[in-house]
Amino acid sequence: MATAHDDMSWVRRNRMTLTPLLFLAPGVLFFLAYVIIPILQSFNISLYDWDGLGQATYVGLDNYRELATDRAFEISLWNNVKWLVLYLLAIPAGLLIALFLNQTIVGIRLYKSLFFFPFVISQVVVGLVFSWFYLPREGLLNAVLGVVGMDPINVLGDPTLATYGIIAAGLWPQTAYCMILYLTGLNAVDPEQIEAGRLDGAKGWRMLWHVILPQLKPATFIAFVVTIIGALRSFDLISIMTNGGPFGSTRVLSFYMFEKALSEYGFRMGYGSAIAVVLFLIMLVFIGYFLWSMYQDEKAARH
Amino acid sequence: MFPTPIEKRSRGAQITYQALVPLALIMWLLPLIAVAMFSIRPLADFTNGNYWGLPSSFEFFTNYGKVFLESDMPRYMLNSVLITVPTVIGAVALSCMTGFALGIYRFRGNLLIFFMFIAGNFVPFQILMVPVRDLTVSAGLYDTKLGLVLFHIAFQTGFCTLFMRNFIRALPFELIEAARVEGIAEWRIFWYIVLPLMKPAIAALSVLIFTFIWNDYFWAIVLTQGPDAQPVTAGITSFNSQFVAQYHLMSAGSIVAALPPVAMFFMMQRHFIAGLTLGAVK
Repeated sequence: MATAHDDMSWVRRNRMTLTPLLFLAPGVLFFLAYVIIPILQSFNISLYDWDGLGQATYVGLDNYRELATDRAFEISLWNNVKWLVLYLLAIPAGLLIALFLNQTIVGIRLYKSLFFFPFVISQVVVGLVFSWFYLPREGLLNAVLGVVGMDPINVLGDPTLATYGIIAAGLWPQTAYCMILYLTGLNAVDPEQIEAGRLDGAKGWRMLWHVILPQLKPATFIAFVVTIIGALRSFDLISIMTNGGPFGSTRVLSFYMFEKALSEYGFRMGYGSAIAVVLFLIMLVFIGYFLWSMYQDEKAARH
Repeated sequence: MFPTPIEKRSRGAQITYQALVPLALIMWLLPLIAVAMFSIRPLADFTNGNYWGLPSSFEFFTNYGKVFLESDMPRYMLNSVLITVPTVIGAVALSCMTGFALGIYRFRGNLLIFFMFIAGNFVPFQILMVPVRDLTVSAGLYDTKLGLVLFHIAFQTGFCTLFMRNFIRALPFELIEAARVEGIAEWRIFWYIVLPLMKPAIAALSVLIFTFIWNDYFWAIVLTQGPDAQPVTAGITSFNSQFVAQYHLMSAGSIVAALPPVAMFFMMQRHFIAGLTLGAVK
């Protein structure tokens, strides 16, 4: 009886520690098992030669040494850079459309939703839609080019064009995402500051640059985060539109890793993991920066 | 408001603007409109090279009927539902709890755990691929819907926790303090006070996660294989190899595959956008 009572009071006394612990446990355990521990395991696997079934042999840094001379890896890395740089165009493009649509005419709400539409569709369907759009004979792109009097082009069949064609397809939903972020941001812009700006004679670009954009900073930050992460995660579009081709010219690290580890090109789990580790480390630079800025915000919120 | 409201401009500018918006929209959605037009054409139009003229006949019902009756599409769609809905429930339930713990209590490691969730949410999928596939295979869950659901729940908990925790932080903390003064147990505070206030967040997260998971392709091809478990994003590739070069059917199939998240978006638009733009305004 006495011990039961003691138990009760122990629970009661420590309830401010126990409650969060119990509430966190399922989520944290799940997340550890499926996300955090696998990251560490991938680092480990990248030091082995392993086909995924048989015995793994420890090879030290051999996989990384092989990467250094792998031409396909180099092409993938360069394509990742192209993705990263060109994908950022979604941010100004999204801002532009948001500014264009930030009006109150009849039906504007529906227009805004329809402009946002591409983001809701899966990347698989976006990829299919654009590969049909680019078709040399049946595609609408060449039909339009024909009207203007230009020669037809085979975007996805041309190694120099294909990656840009895929990035353009990716920019479509990403621009819609940035647009919606900026529309929300524009909604919250302080009208008094705009008035004050007008009194100071600020108009057009000057107003946008000096008064509006500083107030859109949180929207811009999120737009950067989602666009950079989106660019480095690109996989679906490549897999659907070109499957890495023509001649491997559209591979990026995420796709090349999948090819090496899981597709018909052989089950090289160790080598694939080494590619994944490189991609992870690139992303870690950005993740670190994002977390650092969020941490600054948290600190500011406490004071 | 910026830019200057169009009502304050000249009549000419207003008319130009009102004409420009629908025109811009058509340009913006052109690739999609093209696919929609493909999907109602008869096969004969493609063999005759009539891609962009008027359809020689209107085959909406034939084409979409074929998608539903002569392919595995309905199975893939059902799989998608059976993967997406449990994931939404699981991830939202777990993150209500983690969000509550991280948003209400002060303890050592609080921020660390929070940042672990955020960071994990940003990692490239490929760094998880080999170990997660291995884990799923050894648990006997490879090529099952459950295997996919468990992973999705775990991964989405990262994003959902970020969302829920920030939402709970913005709730009036006095409510909880008042309840504690009354001597109400902590779990009751969660259940009777915090949870009812989280309804908008739960709605927003549910539609977002629904869309994310429905549209997932990478994990679908890593963790599943055939029509028994594959969702529609992965199934559409087999669908397309069944109807190679029959663009009218492939288009109709893609439109069907894309439709559920679109419907979800239009029904729950306010919640969807509120969820997506959380943090875009301070």
